[in-house]
Amino acid sequence: MEKLLGWIDDRFPLSKMFKEHLSEYYAPKNFNFWYFFGSLAILVLVNQLVTGIWLAMFYTPSAAGAFSSVEYIMRDVHYGWVLRYLHSTGASFFFIVIYLHMFRALLYGSYKKPRELLWIFGMCLFVLLMAEAFMGYLLPWGQMSYWGAQVIISLFGAIPKVGPHLVEFLRGDYTVSGATLNRFYALHVIAIPLMMLFMVLIHILALHHVGSNNPDGVEIKKNKGADGKPVDGIPFHPYYTVKDIFGVAVFLFIFCFVVFFKPEMGGYFLEHANFLPANPLSTPAHIAPVWYFTPFYAMLRAVPNKLAGVLIMGAAIVVMFFLPWLDKSPVKSIRYRGYATKVMLALFTISFLILAYLGAESVTPGRTIAARICTLMYFAFFLLMPIYTKLEKTKPEPTRVTS
Amino acid sequence: MKRLLSVLLCLCLPLAAVAGGGSHYPLMHMRPDFHDKASLQRGAKLYMNYCAGCHSLQYMRYNRMGRDIGIVDAKGKVAKQVIEKNLIFTGAKVFEPLTIAMDGSDAREWFGVTPPDLSLMARVRGVNWLYTYLLSFYQDTSKQFGTNNALFPDVAMPNVLLNLQGAYKPIFKEVTINVGGKPKVIKEIARLKMVSHGQMDSPAFHQAVYDLVNFLSYVGEPMKATRQCIGYWVLGFLIIFIILSYLLKKAYWKDVK
Repeated sequence: MEKLLGWIDDRFPLSKMFKEHLSEYYAPKNFNFWYFFGSLAILVLVNQLVTGIWLAMFYTPSAAGAFSSVEYIMRDVHYGWVLRYLHSTGASFFFIVIYLHMFRALLYGSYKKPRELLWIFGMCLFVLLMAEAFMGYLLPWGQMSYWGAQVIISLFGAIPKVGPHLVEFLRGDYTVSGATLNRFYALHVIAIPLMMLFMVLIHILALHHVGSNNPDGVEIKKNKGADGKPVDGIPFHPYYTVKDIFGVAVFLFIFCFVVFFKPEMGGYFLEHANFLPANPLSTPAHIAPVWYFTPFYAMLRAVPNKLAGVLIMGAAIVVMFFLPWLDKSPVKSIRYRGYATKVMLALFTISFLILAYLGAESVTPGRTIAARICTLMYFAFFLLMPIYTKLEKTKPEPTRVTS
Repeated sequence: MKRLLSVLLCLCLPLAAVAGGGSHYPLMHMRPDFHDKASLQRGAKLYMNYCAGCHSLQYMRYNRMGRDIGIVDAKGKVAKQVIEKNLIFTGAKVFEPLTIAMDGSDAREWFGVTPPDLSLMARVRGVNWLYTYLLSFYQDTSKQFGTNNALFPDVAMPNVLLNLQGAYKPIFKEVTINVGGKPKVIKEIARLKMVSHGQMDSPAFHQAVYDLVNFLSYVGEPMKATRQCIGYWVLGFLIIFIILSYLLKKAYWKDVK
């Protein structure tokens, strides 16, 4: 065995890579619950890739065959229903995991220097994930897939001058049709997954270059022992590999509970209207995107002008890219920040959740006002950040991590 | 193009105006039981006799249905002859899906709409809706087929179960609604009252509708029983896995201070 490894190492840096990224990658020893979601995101990504490959073997990407081929997978392909439910539930859990992963970064200031690029790569992954999910959602060719795509693509039409042409270019037709389905299929199974894998790679490379942040926001590299290893660090393997296996086990329990007992999740993971085939001549009374897009959809609807709404929705994502430079606090972790940040983060989280709820419901005047207040709150968190993080009184950061 | 876009915008922004739509008739509740094979078989019998003339189940195969709902011989194999003799009225082979002979364009001419395929209807509407719908037909001479529905007003479908159920008439109540800021009194159906008996008494008919909806719920997701059965094993395995992985983590982390 060792001989074989030596043979490989002479030709490929296998042992070196294993050491660099696992057995001698030192991670802070004080990771808590919030630090499970990075490895879980990889798990869900692999789940989506593997189930996706098998689904693609049986799926027919055409307006005439798509809906039936999904039912064919559900009924006639052996254990096809497991593949499909793993994939559809996986999509929702991907967003749950990623939202929690991003929230962790907000809690502990993981985007702050020297992790700005790490954050930006992560944000690119988030945008890619949204594109991937949106295009995948059209593929079952259900009523809501069809009309959801129709509405969202039409938003690009709000852009002055180029808008209408852009919309036609995206759809490949004058309306959402088989042409749109085919191009979304190509992008969903090849283009975006490839880009995502590449971004995951450089996200991890950037992480391993700067080292992981931790709940105290202390740089463990500043405090090295005589052996040159961080005193507050432990090798990722075996410590965090075994810890993450435990995290994976708990996650899989929750995930499989949904897959095997609640695959529709009350119409939130698989919407009832999507069990009807797409009908371009019959518009559903209530069109709402899947739950993970609803916060942004609520912002869009909160604005009376279409173009302004689209811009606000886009800005909600774009503003997150600038987070490392909006935060002027001398400390990273929420543990040592002042009240202002704590209150703002709490308000931001609450408004995001309220927006998520509002985006799935129909509009009433009261709800529109609520959505406007929450949209303001969402942006206030980011745009006022340079002020409140600078003015507030922070606690001194410790030199060593606390247990 | 501009017109299309403005139409789309109208669709996506003021969703509230039309959301929900239709009647306020309260839904009755039923709990499907896919382990009750006798109920599923009665439901299948009713479906083939009363529904399959117009509504296909294009994603459901006869032999799979037979296997799942217990139409099997002593050896546990699908009883093909029983199915062919009692449930197939179209000359279809037992491994074929439940399609219908009625042409879509004929159907539109006769009923105004094509009767939808019902393979997934229980997942679209939900079982409570289907159960209530089938129990909410009443006599209405103003309609083409002489019946109307309290849950789905002016539905094109006639009451196909009329001879089993008997005839019903609506009892109205007056409700005040707000139209443009002014109160307006309208009539709404409060309940239905029997006017003539059918072949079944009321409890028997409710049971028959339950069986039919139970069957449609099964057709919507025929793998549901298998799914849950496997699910218990998966979760059982994962509990053991959680315990072992926790112990493994604890053992490794002993020396981390």
